[in-house]
Amino acid sequence: MKNPLESIWGTIICGLILTAILYWAAQALLH
Amino acid sequence: MDYVPALARWVHFLAGVMWIGLLYYFNFVQVPALKAAAADGTAAGITKHVAPRALLYFRWSAVVTWLAGATLLGNQFVNAFTFQKGMAGIGIGAWLGTIMLFNVWALIWPNQQKILGMKPATDEEKAKARRVALLASRANMMLSLPMLFFMAGGWSHRGVFGL
Repeated sequence: MKNPLESIWGTIICGLILTAILYWAAQALLH
Repeated sequence: MDYVPALARWVHFLAGVMWIGLLYYFNFVQVPALKAAAADGTAAGITKHVAPRALLYFRWSAVVTWLAGATLLGNQFVNAFTFQKGMAGIGIGAWLGTIMLFNVWALIWPNQQKILGMKPATDEEKAKARRVALLASRANMMLSLPMLFFMAGGWSHRGVFGL
């Protein structure tokens, strides 16, 4: 599988997914 | 008006715009431009005159951004980094910004010095440096998305997102 950070759009998609993961993780940990 | 936080916030934004602006310049403009320039033999103009200047402002604006951010947190610094109640949003942003600062100084800058000929390196070392610098830069670009989400929401995350 190709590293998603090889392409600019792969990087942006990873960033969006990471934002969602961190948001839900923070909410789950704090409530 | 409390002048220190106001000044720190202003400097944090100014330096942050320069840092992340240059990060996006590298990823959206310079990397593809260098690829095209290498094909027609015009890359020297970028590597000699543009990249060193961009890297100078990039790495030092990163330091100024972090220091101004730390000043802005003030006595809440430890509370933010340990995700205390009401500080989780800005705490996550602060951790992401700190990781990005580390990437700039520990991975991107030392490898760019090899790539641009500021440090002696063999062709094999330069090829490896290109790979590490690109991936570190892309990692920072990826981290900038959640970093700005959590930073820009800042204190309001407590009310809006429950963080």
